[in-house]
Amino acid sequence: MKHEPTINESLKEKIARCKAYLRRCLEPSKLEQLRPTLGFQTGILAGFALIASVLLGVTNCSTESTIQLRLEEDLKKSLAEVVPATLYDNDMLQDTLTIPSAEYNIDAKETLVYIAKKSGKVSAVCFKFTAPDGYSGAINMIMGLDRDGNILGVRVLSHKETPGLGDKIETAKSNWILNFVGRSLDNLTPTQWAVKKDGGEFDQFAGATITPRKSVQAIYRGLQLFKANKAQLINP
Amino acid sequence: MFLSATYRKIASDGIWNNNVVFGQNLALCPLLAVTGTATNGLGMGIATLVVITASNGLISLTRHLIPNEIRIPIFVLLIAALVTLVDILMNAWAHELYKVLGLFIALIVTNCALLGRAEAFASKQPVKQALWDGLMMGLGFTLVLVALGAAREISAAGTLFANASVLLGESFRFLEVTVIPNYKGFLLMALPPGGFIMLAFLIVGKRLIDQKIAQRKASLIVPTAAIAEE
Repeated sequence: MKHEPTINESLKEKIARCKAYLRRCLEPSKLEQLRPTLGFQTGILAGFALIASVLLGVTNCSTESTIQLRLEEDLKKSLAEVVPATLYDNDMLQDTLTIPSAEYNIDAKETLVYIAKKSGKVSAVCFKFTAPDGYSGAINMIMGLDRDGNILGVRVLSHKETPGLGDKIETAKSNWILNFVGRSLDNLTPTQWAVKKDGGEFDQFAGATITPRKSVQAIYRGLQLFKANKAQLINP
Repeated sequence: MFLSATYRKIASDGIWNNNVVFGQNLALCPLLAVTGTATNGLGMGIATLVVITASNGLISLTRHLIPNEIRIPIFVLLIAALVTLVDILMNAWAHELYKVLGLFIALIVTNCALLGRAEAFASKQPVKQALWDGLMMGLGFTLVLVALGAAREISAAGTLFANASVLLGESFRFLEVTVIPNYKGFLLMALPPGGFIMLAFLIVGKRLIDQKIAQRKASLIVPTAAIAEE
């Protein structure tokens, strides 16, 4: 116990000496001389780059798992929107199956399908897909289907369509996308899977035909993807 | 006034005389991109305010270390690192806010006002003044963003501060107002050209006010001059 103060004092002295040294180094007049030298400039630029990259690296590593968790929460929220909670009692994020989808023009070579099970039996499936040919870019959607291929729900996750015209595909702007609930390949013919302007069942928007047309077509292709893989998906 | 003349000058420069948009004509890219609604404008403004204050502070703090020849790469490095930090931290800890603002945060890198303030002010001034300048420049920018956003939103959709509760939390729901009920909408204002048109009106408005102020000052001087002649 008696030695402690002396250790503390020597430490304090060291810190004070370091501070004094740093102050001498960082004195404006000394820096004035140093600044034009090439070595100093190289060192400073490297130092700043090093500090910045260390800081970013540490932040990225320490927040990676949290961000992953947040993204999973987001995904769960969208899954819950297109598959009613009463239909499943499993963790859909863990129960997945990957199916090839290159030939369906939904902007993915493989599609990850989330499988909803009730008491071990497959009750519904859910997957993300994309209409790559929207009016101003890709329209990303998520769709839930029951085991017979009837649509439980479709939602647009993100899009770049014209605000005020094409954005009526969002539930926040209009109920248009709710019209798909209950539809399937069985209760509508292929020609009915189109907007009214093209002789089909679904409304287009005043001033925006391409957005709903391409959305309907993508949903139709999504249904075909399910149909082609139905056996594998509902009897895992 | 609590503030000394220096700080008052910095404040009036940042908010009005040398405003990022009106005075320096900078930051037009993020300005026009996000001001579809007043809420988006406010979000972008707050994010910019935080980053510009932090970058001004950091640059002022290290101003003696930074050689003149390589100042630009260092400023760019500092600003980019700051923006990325804010982006990552918000994604992790303020995720709901990030989903609304996420797009804008990355856009701050394209905001030349930050580099402009670093070059013109922070690299030559003490830390306190630099922080204050960042705060005031940010505030001035936020005010323009909200004004332009509000003007566009009212003329395009008839609402004001739509979705403010998503950005600021439920307690701010009272901000969401429908200014013109049953408004059919004027799409042009929500689209990019509407941004340019509205910005032009705002700049004209600012010029007119400046002119009025100058005239009033002139009219105050004239009588004394007349008296002197007599």
